[in-house]
Amino acid sequence: MAITSVPQQIAESRTDMRPAGALTPRRKRRGPGWLIGKIVLWLTLIAFSIAFLYPLVWLLAASFKTRGTVFDNRLIPQTFNFSNYVTVWQHLPLLHWLGNSVYIALLAAGLVTISSSLVAFGFAYFRFPFRNALFGLVLGTMMLPGAVTMIPTYLIWKDLHLLGTTVPLWGANLFGSAFYIFLQRQFFLGLPRELFEAARIDGCSYFGLFRRIALPLSIPSFIIVFIFEFQASWNNLQNPLIYLNFGGAKQYTVPLGISYAMSLYNPQTGGEGDYQYVMTAALIVTLPMLIIFAFGQRYFIQGIATQGRKG
Amino acid sequence: MQRREALAGYLFISPWIVGFLVFTLGAMIYSLVISFTNYDLSTNTASPVGIANYQQLFSDPKVMMSLGNTLYYAVMAVPLTVCFALFLAMLLNRLQRSAGIFRVIFYLPVMTPSVAAASVFLLLLNGNEGAIDKFLGFFGIPGPQWLIDPNWVKPSIVLMAMWAVSGTMLIFLAALKNVPTDLYEAAEIDGAGPFRRFFRVTLPMISNAMFFCVVTATIAALQIFDQVYLLFYNSPSSSIPAPDAALFIAVYLFQQAFQQFNLGFAAAMGWLMFVIIMIITVIQVKYGNRFVYYEGDSN
Repeated sequence: MAITSVPQQIAESRTDMRPAGALTPRRKRRGPGWLIGKIVLWLTLIAFSIAFLYPLVWLLAASFKTRGTVFDNRLIPQTFNFSNYVTVWQHLPLLHWLGNSVYIALLAAGLVTISSSLVAFGFAYFRFPFRNALFGLVLGTMMLPGAVTMIPTYLIWKDLHLLGTTVPLWGANLFGSAFYIFLQRQFFLGLPRELFEAARIDGCSYFGLFRRIALPLSIPSFIIVFIFEFQASWNNLQNPLIYLNFGGAKQYTVPLGISYAMSLYNPQTGGEGDYQYVMTAALIVTLPMLIIFAFGQRYFIQGIATQGRKG
Repeated sequence: MQRREALAGYLFISPWIVGFLVFTLGAMIYSLVISFTNYDLSTNTASPVGIANYQQLFSDPKVMMSLGNTLYYAVMAVPLTVCFALFLAMLLNRLQRSAGIFRVIFYLPVMTPSVAAASVFLLLLNGNEGAIDKFLGFFGIPGPQWLIDPNWVKPSIVLMAMWAVSGTMLIFLAALKNVPTDLYEAAEIDGAGPFRRFFRVTLPMISNAMFFCVVTATIAALQIFDQVYLLFYNSPSSSIPAPDAALFIAVYLFQQAFQQFNLGFAAAMGWLMFVIIMIITVIQVKYGNRFVYYEGDSN
């Protein structure tokens, strides 16, 4: 399978961070079409930017609107109605949802970063029988649809009497995750092997190789794995639907809470169509992600660029 | 010495081995066993029913309907999202410094949690007052009832997928940056126009990334759940039931498993999904590899 052939050079993936300017030399000849081309390019980019931003700006605007004006599609509300924010906090246990989500996302991301990195280091540095076959198996599990293991996983947690707790939402992360193992192994393979050999001669333990050399030298990749999993956990809807839907609304995570609010205010289910509250709550849960993106942008971009090198 | 190294290696990968044995291999075997039983959650007992659950896959019309919907969606969504992502990446690749700001703008939808995105699109796609139909009406085009008209259900979900496509775009952008510029110069000297340069230089040089994006996009499309659930199944007591066209296989499996608690039947459905996804992936890998250009290959 082509998926298993993995390029081993970290130097390559590092170059993705350079500013986009590599194509300048071939555009020295500026014919008459050049200006028109530039204008078309910029108009297209601006049009797409508007299309991408519109739903987010619409969401922001709607969060300030009153019930009757949500659908007026004005991007600047006629009146700024801050009371939505107050009402939402009173009506919905938002603080509980945010707390649950942060708790679960931190645990899930922290655990998967540590476990995946340990496993990845095992695959990257050590030589042992069946190593390549086992790594092929790791990559194979990436292709496995979650639908097959969803039901037995539920029964396993049930048999362990952990239903109704948050453990099913982060417990499996103790054992690493294929995609992150792959990503971390890529980074570790890029570290010069002589570093490790020298440390071994100086009497460094195997775990010391990981903690004192591999870890400090690949902090960026640790951050990539952490924020990827934090985002995945924060956005996850299906698992909370399965595992948290029994308790009261206070046990929900943010996505489950919003989906609950969507049906609570839905006029077809007896709500009064207070979509502005849903919009306000949706905005509140989106903000943490946007803040993380603002600070971790380069890690997202680098992480995704590395992902594409799998083929 | 070598034995110690091997032992340490196994120790490092032991978390994954345990997880694989329990949550992958163990779960798969467990799932296979359950699929031949009627599992009763209240008593935790499984009574064997032979292949009845698998027979039901073919006798329950909703299985084939949801499968058809899912395949129809995938056939529409995968080419559209992948081509759109490539198009955006090629636009950004023409920029220099200013690419950064557009990259951020295009990527913001990916950062938006799917619940927030779905709750906005639910209102934007509203057939009477939604912004998208108002926009179309501005040009004199009567907008469809996106979420009610069965013909427009899947395009609505494709539209949402295209909005959040920029993860794929970044993969293409990274691949485009690795195409050596002298190839373009050589092609230009030989008189190749922009179309020939695209099909003869760009496409072969990024075929690796293209292959990866098509395979992963297909797997994701066949398992689509969040958007569909939020747009159509979020309110079980709703007075307007979800249209049949919105029943996707992952959603039907979820309903059977965790709302009807037909765990045995749902497990069989999971295996049906597994087999279909595997077949499609194997076909893609087998035939896709012919078109992938590997650097250094004599081919």
